[in-house]
Amino acid sequence: MTVHEPSLPEEWELVVGLEVHVELATKTKLFCGCENKFSHIPNTLTCPTCVGLPGSLPVMNEKAVEFAMRLGRALGCEIHPSVMARKNYFYPDMAKDFQTTQYDQPTNADGRLALADGTVVGIERAHIEEDAGKTTHVGGGGRINDATYSLVDYNRAGVPLVEIVSRPDIRTVEHAKAYVSELRDILLAIEVSDAKMEEGSMRVDANVSVRPTGSDELRTRCELKNLNSVRSLGRAIEYEARRHVDLYTSGEVPRQETRHWDEEGGRSTAGRSKEDADDYRYFQEPDLVPLAPTAAQIAEIDASMPVLPAARRARLGECSSVADEVIVTVVERGQDGLALGAIEAGADADKVLTRIQNDLAVDDWSAVTSESLAMLIQMETGGELTATQAKQVLGEMAAGEHGGDPKAIAAAHGFEAMESDELETLVDQLIVDHPDEWSRFVGGDDGDRKKMQGFFTGQIMKATKGQADGRAVAQLLGQKSAG
Amino acid sequence: MEWSGAVSLGAMTQRITRDEVVHVARLARLSLSDAEIDEFTGQLGDILEHAADIEALDVGDVEPTSHPLPMVNVLRPDELRPALDRDLLLSQAPAAEDGQFRVPPILGEEP
Repeated sequence: MTVHEPSLPEEWELVVGLEVHVELATKTKLFCGCENKFSHIPNTLTCPTCVGLPGSLPVMNEKAVEFAMRLGRALGCEIHPSVMARKNYFYPDMAKDFQTTQYDQPTNADGRLALADGTVVGIERAHIEEDAGKTTHVGGGGRINDATYSLVDYNRAGVPLVEIVSRPDIRTVEHAKAYVSELRDILLAIEVSDAKMEEGSMRVDANVSVRPTGSDELRTRCELKNLNSVRSLGRAIEYEARRHVDLYTSGEVPRQETRHWDEEGGRSTAGRSKEDADDYRYFQEPDLVPLAPTAAQIAEIDASMPVLPAARRARLGECSSVADEVIVTVVERGQDGLALGAIEAGADADKVLTRIQNDLAVDDWSAVTSESLAMLIQMETGGELTATQAKQVLGEMAAGEHGGDPKAIAAAHGFEAMESDELETLVDQLIVDHPDEWSRFVGGDDGDRKKMQGFFTGQIMKATKGQADGRAVAQLLGQKSAG
Repeated sequence: MEWSGAVSLGAMTQRITRDEVVHVARLARLSLSDAEIDEFTGQLGDILEHAADIEALDVGDVEPTSHPLPMVNVLRPDELRPALDRDLLLSQAPAAEDGQFRVPPILGEEP
C-alpha cells in the first residue's frame, strides 16, 4: 500500500537543481563515423577512435554541434566559443580512461526554461560531451561491489550528449517534474533527441538539499542518480528532502555524496562521497581544436527554430477559455496545430480543445485533419450530432473509417439529427402516457423537477436509441411545462 | 586540483608539497615509495619553478593560445563509416566473453 507522505514541514524549503543528459539523434557518434543507435549485439558499433586505440584521432560531428547549439538557443542560452576537455578517471566504461567533455568553456551558458505555470528555472550551462560504454557486472548478484568480473560493451561509447545543468531554482517536486516534461517537449519540438527517459536517451540526476524557509543559503546537497522515470524523480526528491530534514532535526548534517535511488525499495542509498573523488584532473583536449560558431551560424539556427511549446500554449490560450490543463495536454500531444486549424476554419475553440483532450488520446490521429475536425465540431454545435455521437465519430475518424469524413461516418451510423417536430410528437406522446410524472415535473419542487427531467430524457433516449439531442429535449420539456 | 601557492621551507621555497604529490599520485593510481615521493616533489617543483619564471613575463598584449594549431571548427559530416569487425576488435583484448570485453572486478563506482 502506498501512503502519500505529506510534503515537507512548513519551516523547511526544498532546493533542487537538475542535471539532464540528452542523447542527440545524429546518425553517427560524436568523434567517429560509427552508427549512433541502440544495438542488442555488443561491440558491433565501434572503431579505433571510440575504443581508444593508440594512434586514433577524434573529429567532431558537425550535426552534433549544430544540435547542441539548437538546444542551447531553445533554452535561451548564449553560445560561446568553446573547447573540449578530458575528464580523467579510472573506470572501464571508457577505453581511453577519460571522457571528452566541456569544462570551463562550454558551448551554451546562461539560459532559462519557463514551466507551463510560468515559473522560470535558470540554466547554468548546456555542454557537449560523449556518452560512455555499458558495463555489466557478473557474479555477486550483479552488484558492482561483489562482482567477480565485469563485461564492457562500447556501442554507446562516443554517442553525442548534451548535459543541461539547471540552477538550483526548483522549489517543489511538481516543478521538478514539470521541468523534465517541458524539457522533453522542447527536445521533441526542435528534433534533436527522441528524449525517452525509460530508454535512457534522456537521463536525469537531481541535486537535492533543504534549508530553513525564508533563508537563501545553499546547504549540503546530495546528487541522486538512477531516476528512470518522472515518477521516480518525484519520489526520490521527496524521500531525499525528508531525509535531510530528519538529519537536521536530530542535530546531524547530511554528507555531500552521490546517492542511488532504489525505486522498488522507495529509498536512496549512499554511494561515492564527493569529498575527495571529484578530482578528474580536467585538461584541454589536445586532439581537438576549439569551436567558434560565427554570428551567421547562430542567426541561421535562430531562424530555423520552430515555435516552442510555451509559445504554442500561449497561442491556444489567447483564442480559447478552457482550463490550462487542457491546453497543456493538447500541446504535449502535439495536437495544437490540428486544433488551431480547426478553430481557424470556424469551429468553436473550447469545444475543439475539450473534444481533442477527451477523445483523441490516441497514438495515431493522422487521419484527422483540421477541416474534418472543424466539420465534426460544427455538426455537434449545430445539433446534428449529440455529444456521445460526436465522440464516437471522432474515434472512427482517427481510425480512418470512411476516409475520415465525419458526415459519411455519421450517415453510416444513421446519426442524423431528429427533426424537431418528430421529437415534439414523441414528447407529447410521453406526456400522455405518464401523466403523474408530468405533473411532478410541472408542479414539483426543484428536486422533483430534476428527477422527472431525467426520467423523460431517459425515455426519449430509449425510444430514439440515443439519437435525440439531449439539449433539444431539455429545451422542449421546458417549453411544454411553461406553456 | 589547485596548486596552493609557494610553501616556505626553511631557506628554500617549495612550489609543491609532498602531500600534493601523494594526492596526485593517488589520482593517477601510482604507488610511490617514500624515496620516489621525495624525488618527484623535487622534480615537479622544478617544473613549476620554470612555469613561474614564464609567469613573470609581461604578456599583456599577447593573445591567449588555447591550442597550438591556429584553427577552429574542424568538423566532419554526419556520415556513417564502417565499423570494426568485432572478432578482430576483441582479439586485441586480454580477455573477452559473449562479444564483450572482460575486465577484472571494478573497485569503486562509476563516475
